[in-house]
Amino acid sequence: MKILVCISHVPDTTSKVNFTEGDTKFDTNGVQFVINPNDEFGLTRAMWFKEKQGASVDVVNIGGTETEPTLRKALAIGADSAIRVNTDATDGFAVAKQLAKVVQDGGYDLVIAGRESIDYNGGMVPGMLAALTDANFVNNCIGLEVDGSNATATREIDGGKETISTSLPLIIGGQKGLVEESDLRIPNMRGIMMARKKPLNVLEPVDASAETSAVKFEKPAPKGAVKLVSPDNIDELVSLLHNEAKVI
Amino acid sequence: MSVLVYTESEEGKLKKAALEVASYAKAVASQMGTTVTAVTFNVSDASELGNYGVDKVLNITNTSEFNAKIYADALKQAAEKEDAKVVIVSSSADSKYLAPLLAVGLNAGYASNVIEAPVSTSPFSVKRTAFTNKAFNFTEINTDVKVVGVSSNSFGLVENSGSATVEDFSPSLITSNTKVQSVDKATDKVSIADADIVVSGGRGLKGPENWGMIEELAEVLGAATACSKPVSDLGWRPHSEHVGQTGKPVASNLYIAIGISGAIQHLAGVNASKVKVVINTDPEAPFFKAADYGVVGDAFEVVPQLIEKLKEFKAQNA
Ligand SMILES: Cc1cc2nc3c(=O)[nH]c(=O)nc-3n(C[C@H](O)[C@H](O)[C@H](O)COP(=O)(O)OP(=O)(O)OC[C@H]3O[C@@H](n4cnc5c(N)ncnc54)[C@H](O)[C@@H]3O)c2cc1C
Ligand SMILES: Nc1ncnc2c1ncn2[C@@H]1O[C@H](COP(=O)(O)O)[C@@H](O)[C@H]1O
Repeated sequence: MKILVCISHVPDTTSKVNFTEGDTKFDTNGVQFVINPNDEFGLTRAMWFKEKQGASVDVVNIGGTETEPTLRKALAIGADSAIRVNTDATDGFAVAKQLAKVVQDGGYDLVIAGRESIDYNGGMVPGMLAALTDANFVNNCIGLEVDGSNATATREIDGGKETISTSLPLIIGGQKGLVEESDLRIPNMRGIMMARKKPLNVLEPVDASAETSAVKFEKPAPKGAVKLVSPDNIDELVSLLHNEAKVI
Repeated sequence: MSVLVYTESEEGKLKKAALEVASYAKAVASQMGTTVTAVTFNVSDASELGNYGVDKVLNITNTSEFNAKIYADALKQAAEKEDAKVVIVSSSADSKYLAPLLAVGLNAGYASNVIEAPVSTSPFSVKRTAFTNKAFNFTEINTDVKVVGVSSNSFGLVENSGSATVEDFSPSLITSNTKVQSVDKATDKVSIADADIVVSGGRGLKGPENWGMIEELAEVLGAATACSKPVSDLGWRPHSEHVGQTGKPVASNLYIAIGISGAIQHLAGVNASKVKVVINTDPEAPFFKAADYGVVGDAFEVVPQLIEKLKEFKAQNA
């Protein structure tokens, strides 16, 4: 089985979010970038397929040279090789078109992407990629087993989950649950050394225009001070929620 | 030309989110000077949509259970039939599943997590949340046809005195290689996505055996239950309840955080909730800075009292 894991390169979850150039660009100053958490769960599940079922695992990012350390980290975790398509990730549709080319040329059986990137929260790349390559697609995937060309996937739905039977080629939008938090791997010294020798192929992009553009950013208005209620006066809390906040 | 909206249902009944996206579609249609067509699947009585600004309903009855690929293709056919330039969906798990497929089918740009009526319709510009609620982002959709995903509880329900005609619509059905084998859904519980009120517990509750009072509080309020990440990592609560940057987003009207410190990753996921109440022993807990109302106190004393007072309140206001 040939697996491709899509890696989105995002600010670490503790990052302060600021903007520059008249609020049109994310301010990367002092920000550390990481593998998108949803992709990290997917990559770890891919490692399981590699170790238990002999799959090969490539990782891919659509982005500039600045994303290479993130791809190297994925190699250090255990991916066999990395691909970077050398173009800025302008919008989800354009990214999906670039990925579609990689998927078609590479003949992948299984593509593991994340439910969403934690930066722009688009939640669209895996589904668009599935539509563009005519593959089966399961979103919000919290469990995945593959047996020959058949697959069983668990999808989180509002208020529960469902089990889906499907087949390869398959694309998933994955998240926590694919593996447990405790299964995530931190690259060790040996992995980091080996990653330096693994191939990181840079490909030129295909023509793909962005269908949407993020023109401006804004930060939420600062919050007013909290109204404290004494623990001996919970009646007051109920009355505030009813009369002032009008939420009960 | 019209604005098309996918109004979801469950067991033949429209969901609350359906009325919200219908209200949103009406706002877009008014801006563009056109009408609203809603698409429903197997809804027994869709006329209620008229009260939220829908002019016409296409009710599809030749499909059964939800399948993202088949539904997306059916919606595409409806959009083409109505010559829709804007297609609106919700932010439910099902809508987020099918929207990217629909966007590719219509060759449309797609903006998700939209929280307000369009800033302008030419260029078509919408305000959406990004960086998991740490920021807003204005996005222009440059394609001829646009797909807009509306965040739940962001626009609200807007009543309109109107009436909707309901027609049956039978799109040609494509096949799909994904089949649902089994569904595991707590039918007696409110899901986080649908909830107006969410009651959430953190590590301050000490252990899973103490969740009885959280569930009781949720029951009194008709709320969904949620938790912080460590609580689900420790296995005290199911993963599906984990909210935050790496969990589920919450956009409820009321979020009650009990024994949760308010780490940046947790706040990111709950910032979109309108009113936040924090119960925590530590007055320095960062969550108080993000809260509207706070009680500095021990959850094991405050929560039982709150349950009692709410029961009294409900008895009086019944
Ligand atoms: C990459 C990454 C992603 C993350 N994503 C998320 C996420 O999506 N969601 C999330 O929640 N976290 C996330 N976290 C974890 C986050 O940083 C915090 O560790 C976590 O939110 C803390 O959970 P907590 O508030 O339940 O526990 P704690 O921080 O241990 O806080 C417990 C609180 O309970 C209070 N308390 C103790 N006893 C009582 C009592 N008797 N009554 C009332 N209050 C009491 C304490 O004062 C304290 O404030 C993430 C972390 C990382 C590194
Ligand atoms: N620039 C990118 N390069 C590679 N994969 C990406 C990129 N952007 C998004 N993805 C993948 O698509 C998923 C969802 O991203 P999004 O649709 O942007 O929220 C991510 O979790 C990644 O797996």
